[in-house]
Amino acid sequence: MKLLLLGDEAIALAAIHSGISGVYAYPGTPSTEITEYIQNRQKADPESARIFCRWCTNEKTAMEAALGMSYMGKRAMVCMKHVGMNVAADAFVNSAMTGANGGLVVVAADDPSMHSSQNEQDSRFYGKFAMIPVFEPSSQQEAYDMVRDAFDFSEKNRIPVLLRITTRMAHSRAEVETRSDILAQKSLSYPENPRQWVLLPANSKVRNEQLIKDQEAFEEGALNDHRNRFIPGEDKSLAIVTCGIAYNYLMENFPGGAPCGVLKISRYPVPRKLVKTMEAEGINRVIVMEEGQPMVEELIKGMISSDIQVDGRLTGVLPRTGELTPDSVRAAVRLVPHETFPKDDIVVPRPPALCQGCGHRDMYAALNEVAAEYENSRVFSDIGCYTLGALPPFRAIHTCVDMGASITMAKGAADAGQFPSFAVIGDSTFTHSGITGLLDCVNSNANVVIIISDNLTTGMTGGQDSAGTGKLESICAGVGVDPAHIRVVVPLAKNMEEIKNTIREEVEYNGVSVVIPRRECIQTFKRHSREKKK
Amino acid sequence: MKQDIILAGVGGQGILSIATVLGEAALSGGLHIKQAEVHGMSQRGGDVQSNLRLSSEPIASDLIPSGQVDMIMSLEPMEALRYVQELSKDGWIVTSSVPFVNINNYPEKEEVYRHLQAMPHTVMLDVEQLAKEAGAPAQAANMVLLGAAVPMLGFSYDSVKDAVAKVFARKGEEIVAKNIAALEAGFRHSSNR
Repeated sequence: MKLLLLGDEAIALAAIHSGISGVYAYPGTPSTEITEYIQNRQKADPESARIFCRWCTNEKTAMEAALGMSYMGKRAMVCMKHVGMNVAADAFVNSAMTGANGGLVVVAADDPSMHSSQNEQDSRFYGKFAMIPVFEPSSQQEAYDMVRDAFDFSEKNRIPVLLRITTRMAHSRAEVETRSDILAQKSLSYPENPRQWVLLPANSKVRNEQLIKDQEAFEEGALNDHRNRFIPGEDKSLAIVTCGIAYNYLMENFPGGAPCGVLKISRYPVPRKLVKTMEAEGINRVIVMEEGQPMVEELIKGMISSDIQVDGRLTGVLPRTGELTPDSVRAAVRLVPHETFPKDDIVVPRPPALCQGCGHRDMYAALNEVAAEYENSRVFSDIGCYTLGALPPFRAIHTCVDMGASITMAKGAADAGQFPSFAVIGDSTFTHSGITGLLDCVNSNANVVIIISDNLTTGMTGGQDSAGTGKLESICAGVGVDPAHIRVVVPLAKNMEEIKNTIREEVEYNGVSVVIPRRECIQTFKRHSREKKK
Repeated sequence: MKQDIILAGVGGQGILSIATVLGEAALSGGLHIKQAEVHGMSQRGGDVQSNLRLSSEPIASDLIPSGQVDMIMSLEPMEALRYVQELSKDGWIVTSSVPFVNINNYPEKEEVYRHLQAMPHTVMLDVEQLAKEAGAPAQAANMVLLGAAVPMLGFSYDSVKDAVAKVFARKGEEIVAKNIAALEAGFRHSSNR
């Protein structure tokens, strides 16, 4: 059947068709729609074989739960944005040591150009680092087809597989031809090699040798994958290496085929034999086109003669940062740029902003007033809609680093002598990675005011369920915060005096305070009201 | 047949519904489609755009090369101007004339109109007023815009109308009828120019 699907949706549907029993994920742009697609399919067809698809607390819990499902012989998928890989890294890297039993595919959605992220890290390095094979589709159709192959490969070779995509693949729609052979879920079966799952040094040493030996089979798999291929061209002096969707940008500029050889890479480890085939053409220059960091550009230098010039992001033939575009690729192959109208200079930027009626607005309005009463207030914030509090009109926050860093940085700053030291964190980010930091605060009685701005959802990614809804006060009390200093307020303009007084009192308390402004996200509120009307 | 379109607007205005309808029409017509969307942080009241590519030949890139866009379809006049350097020399701009002012340095409205009219092929219309006159709610203004673009798109009016009916079918007959009324209002406006 031919369907119009986002890259994310193609991956989701392929996973369902590959017989997964669970998808484990924490929302993160541009990966969120994978899990949502499976959830919506499950909702629309509750009679279908049950796939576990509830959101996880963070990417590490997701990765570990999926590993547990794989241990049971069932197929599982884990989805996250690139920075989620940092959170899941401990489990991900060690999953190469345990290996997989049921097929295990980890999807990492990278965000070059940082459309909705704080850095441009390239998840392929995680694959190489963990010695796990990486698949990288060049089209939505390849993404769909590849997921089945990735599960099969994972199961056959008893190894998790990393599927790396970038924003344009995740969030672009194209027609996808789906398969008719839909696989049923696997039945339970324990691993045949139980010792390998107990990573004691004695076991790990044995396993490590095997993992290194297996690299050959992984490379062989990449060599025999028809999506990796060398396409010879007329001009034998130059070859172009394209990774993932870079191939499309090249073909956009050469609709009739490239004038030189093209080495198309959609799977790693990069097969040396294919690189040698390219080299044997007699080339004296290679241009490497890849989304993200210059990984293959650096790698390939060690595979071919040093007489061959290797160009790419490192040599400035392509921009060092940002996603590739048809235009940047066009410039790299020295085609004349398309004629364009000049940019219109009356157009002004229209930055994103907190929604009208959003509770974070009232929270910041109150916090700004109280913070201004002290000579040197500092507000350590976090990842979410409320990060927009950095922009006018609020300009309320001083830091935003990674999930959970608000609480721990506020603590470190307080340890160093900062007063008052505020943390601003959302409810979902708090349960994702804030609870352990709060325990650190309690254990050293840090003088901090932690504002958990609770909108009862994971807002920035579109309103997914939040793991801590209804549990925040008891979590804080359980961690050891004095219940007298866990204060709940309703962020509305009419309560402004009460909110300000609450914050003031907690600043003056020498110890750990938690203030929870709680009001539903205006977007989910509108959605819920519409649903009620129906 | 090839149509490379930039759909533009402000987060929440409904450009993706236009893409869904055109995608449906293209799929029924056996065309190839690629459509790159924007999700995440930028959706919060910021500028949003989508690259929609339709072609009888297979399409390579998800993004349209600069200077190759056949049409900018915008739900906001300044947002239409944001992408003029993407437009091909004989490309069209079809835009709403109603400014969405959520920033304090929005340029003079008359100045924005003057810049739009200075482009070779511009259709500007008050999509909200036309929707109202057609008895459709303000949310259907995006269908007025789409209707106005149809004569330049290489699709028959009926094929787009069928796509609207299909896309909105699950919302009930009344919603379908209102969206078609909006589409027709836009189409008439543009055809009678």
